Amino acid sequence: MGGIGRSVTRLEDPPLLRGQGRFAADIRFPGELHMRVVRSPIAHGRIEQIDIADALDCPGVVAVWTGADVAEIPPIDFRQMRIPGLGDYRQPILAQGMVRYVGEPVALVIAETPYQAEDAAELVFADIEELEPVMTAVQPLGEFAPGLTTEAGVVRKSYGDLAAAFEAAAHVFELEFAIGRHTGVPMETRGAIGFWNAEQERLEMHGASKVPHANRLAIAKMLDLPPEQLHLFEGHVGGGFGIRGEVYPEDVLVCLAALRLRRPVKWIEDRKEHLLAANHSRDQHHRIRAAVDAQGVVLGLEDEFFVDQGGYVRTHASTVTDLTAGMLPGPYHIPAFAAAGHIRLTNKTPAGTYRAPGRYEGTFVRERLMDAIADRLGIDRVEIRRRNLIPAEAIPFKRGLDALGTEVVYDAADFAGLLAKLEASVDLPALRESLAARRAAGEQVGLGLAYFVEKSGLGPFDDVILSIAATGRVEIVTGAASVGQGVETVMAQVAASVLGVAHTDCTVVHGQTDRIARGMGAFASRVTVMTGAAVSMAAETLKDRLRARAALLLQADATGLVFEGGLIRAGEASVPLGEAAAACAAEDGTPLLTAEASFTTDHMTYPYGVHLAVLRVDAETFGMVVERFVVAFDVGRSVNPMLVEGQIHGGAAQGIGGALFEEFIYSADGQPLSASFADYLLPTLNEVPMVEALVLEDAPSPINPLGVKGAGEGGITAAGAAIAAAVEDALQGRVSITRLPITPGRLRILHLN
Amino acid sequence: MYDFDYHKPTTVADAVALLAADPDAKAVSGGHTLIPALKHRLNKPTSLVDLSGIAEMRGIRREGNALIIGAFTRHAEVASSEVVQAAIPVLSFMAAHIGDNQVRNRGTIGGSVSNNDPAADYPAAVLGLGAIVHTSSRKIPADEFFLGMFTTALEPDELLVAIEFPIPEKAGYAKMKNPASRYVMAGALVSKGPAGVRVAINGAASCVFRQAEMEAALAANWSPEAVAGIQQPADDLNSDIHGSAEYRAHLVTVMAKRAVVNAG
Repeated sequence: MGGIGRSVTRLEDPPLLRGQGRFAADIRFPGELHMRVVRSPIAHGRIEQIDIADALDCPGVVAVWTGADVAEIPPIDFRQMRIPGLGDYRQPILAQGMVRYVGEPVALVIAETPYQAEDAAELVFADIEELEPVMTAVQPLGEFAPGLTTEAGVVRKSYGDLAAAFEAAAHVFELEFAIGRHTGVPMETRGAIGFWNAEQERLEMHGASKVPHANRLAIAKMLDLPPEQLHLFEGHVGGGFGIRGEVYPEDVLVCLAALRLRRPVKWIEDRKEHLLAANHSRDQHHRIRAAVDAQGVVLGLEDEFFVDQGGYVRTHASTVTDLTAGMLPGPYHIPAFAAAGHIRLTNKTPAGTYRAPGRYEGTFVRERLMDAIADRLGIDRVEIRRRNLIPAEAIPFKRGLDALGTEVVYDAADFAGLLAKLEASVDLPALRESLAARRAAGEQVGLGLAYFVEKSGLGPFDDVILSIAATGRVEIVTGAASVGQGVETVMAQVAASVLGVAHTDCTVVHGQTDRIARGMGAFASRVTVMTGAAVSMAAETLKDRLRARAALLLQADATGLVFEGGLIRAGEASVPLGEAAAACAAEDGTPLLTAEASFTTDHMTYPYGVHLAVLRVDAETFGMVVERFVVAFDVGRSVNPMLVEGQIHGGAAQGIGGALFEEFIYSADGQPLSASFADYLLPTLNEVPMVEALVLEDAPSPINPLGVKGAGEGGITAAGAAIAAAVEDALQGRVSITRLPITPGRLRILHLN
Repeated sequence: MYDFDYHKPTTVADAVALLAADPDAKAVSGGHTLIPALKHRLNKPTSLVDLSGIAEMRGIRREGNALIIGAFTRHAEVASSEVVQAAIPVLSFMAAHIGDNQVRNRGTIGGSVSNNDPAADYPAAVLGLGAIVHTSSRKIPADEFFLGMFTTALEPDELLVAIEFPIPEKAGYAKMKNPASRYVMAGALVSKGPAGVRVAINGAASCVFRQAEMEAALAANWSPEAVAGIQQPADDLNSDIHGSAEYRAHLVTVMAKRAVVNAG
């Protein structure tokens, strides 16, 4: 039947597998124009003038605009950020006098065909006076604008008595760590189509994703439109990973152009643009001090870290700094803690969230610390973790910190229990023995393990409109979004479980602002938790009505009715669900039986797990091969185990990418050196082993009706930390890994020194 | 991509005529270098001369003590050819390890050699085996063919038609791949045969080159140990975000040693 807990195949797949998908570039309107963005070739500079005459003369060109043509449009505002003082660092939709990174939009060309637009865009010449760029977050502050430094803000979080912790410490550790600049790289690049719907006198943007409702309000405000005159529509989305679907300059530009020209305007990003224009992420530098007692128990942890924000502070960018600080202590007790995260502007592509934002970085830092403590004190690397884990009896555990504006409370967890299950599952003693034997035979092979705590299910709400037709088909309309993660399947499974129908009889509508008034979208592993809860609530509401109606129809006791197989049964007698629904709907005078539900929460729920990597290092080239990658992950309750595993596999691949391959590198004058896949190295099947997933359901969340926790990010979170530990183990302590990614050339230098 | 005219000749003579008639024309073989360059607007040919319709540029045959491989032979064909595997197994091995399946099913030996990308595989085979390049107008010994980064002795209206490889007594190849992108960071092809002992190094410098010191050492003593102590000077080697010149210099020795092991 495809209810909760079944690994059913995805409802989304038939059109995708048959080439019937409708991605941004597939959407076509008659008479559409094409936009090409002219981007700054200079990392930091003052625009003297922009010559557009030659471009305007090109065949097919309809418009060429520079910053002056859009000067009245305010910069792109923030979403879900609570840090004050960042407003001056927002990005305009076209550069206003200054350029702050290579790739910044400085002009646009709109033409009848994409080729004409691209040809003409080459003829736009921006005369830019070059200024000294700021290329790291740790160098002395520069000037962002008169009276503004390149430090936009500092996020501070703390609890406990840190001074007392250091006073009591038997050992003090001072360490520095750095994580490279990565990004999510979806298969589908970004795209947006602005369409003036003359009949309805409204503006439409197609190609939306992630947060259509929030973006609707944001873009309407920027264009000075009443929100009801703008609608956003999400089609198929070829991957999001946090970076896609925010309001970017290009989204606003196509809307503005459609509004001004009264013609559809389409923009499809090319891959090089994507690597220069879509949000980057990570790129943090941490300096930590830890107070540790004689047994290796961490008494206090202090972290000052620097986040390379790039050229502007975008929509939700500072949440990365917030989450880094708020989630850093992870699964460990650590009675005193203080973090100061510096949000630093540089002259690189602006940064935002990317799968496990702040946790990939913070987990690397914290777990490297655990390994360092273990190694220095001569304690086993697994044992050191056991000694520091928050005990099961302390759960629910108030961390004493906040993240994303909510109090961090670990709602359900058995940290030691999961670790023990992983150890048993891989037979850790035997595995270590076999690796030791291989090392004795001359191989350089090692094992690394790292713990993580994730967060998921960010509120504050999600709404669902659920209706049942006379045919028995169920429609679920939600303000959540799908970036390809299987939202339709999972929501259908939740509804199917409650109503006793096949999940294939459920249709899920998402990402359409004209179908539901508000919605939070898809980010922070929130949809299964929040939307899933709302779906189950709406379905339960209808089930109550259907039960009462069916009891009448069947002349049976309502309490004994069973919902299954699309029928409502009382012993041998039954009535089809659709028939009972139609009878109820007739009472309402509507064709469909409909209920709305809203699930609200003030708290996130916290899944957790361990990554284990086995890795081999070539003794001469220092090339690395990940032989084995295991993810143990407690997701509370798995709605579709296959999809949970899929999330883990994909996350692990990206995590391995960040650990060993991916990095945006810039020249000293701010030129990006990794602007193609020849230089921004993505792992492929050749570099990623078959990921082994140990999905556990030992700690269901008590704060949502399904007990679920979000599974979108735990595949990536501890990958950098586990790989680094495995490299150290392979080289038996001859190197200390403090920076990601670990490349063969860098590893050899570490080894030589 | 800019606009261009497209031609698909069926003979070498016609292809050469098309190239001669238009100085801004480009020949396209597998297209795995040229097409991405066109997409990025890094190249602006007025016309493309597609070589895929020319039967005389295809095929693998053995002629006496040499193997002749047509320029339009795909990497996958070289990798799986029993003729190549029997005569010069190192060529099949090399072809089987170029890029990935997609690249091997499109890319051609002539395209790779004509392009002379410093990080390509085949130039090491041509130089390291002492091959002779057959063009539409002459035969060029390998030692005179590779002139510099992306530069060869080919004239603009001259086409590489086939490559004649003398069959070596022994030959081996080893390379360090750029992680994930799989371009050669440093590679070595070593051989012993009618062309003497040859060591060709690719990936490490702006152009494939012969390592004379290693050749002398191997001529005296064909063993991995013979080259293990020879250090390649880093001075003229490539340095980029994937590896420093010093790292590449180190890899040259490691790869030469492994190539000798692979040669048996």
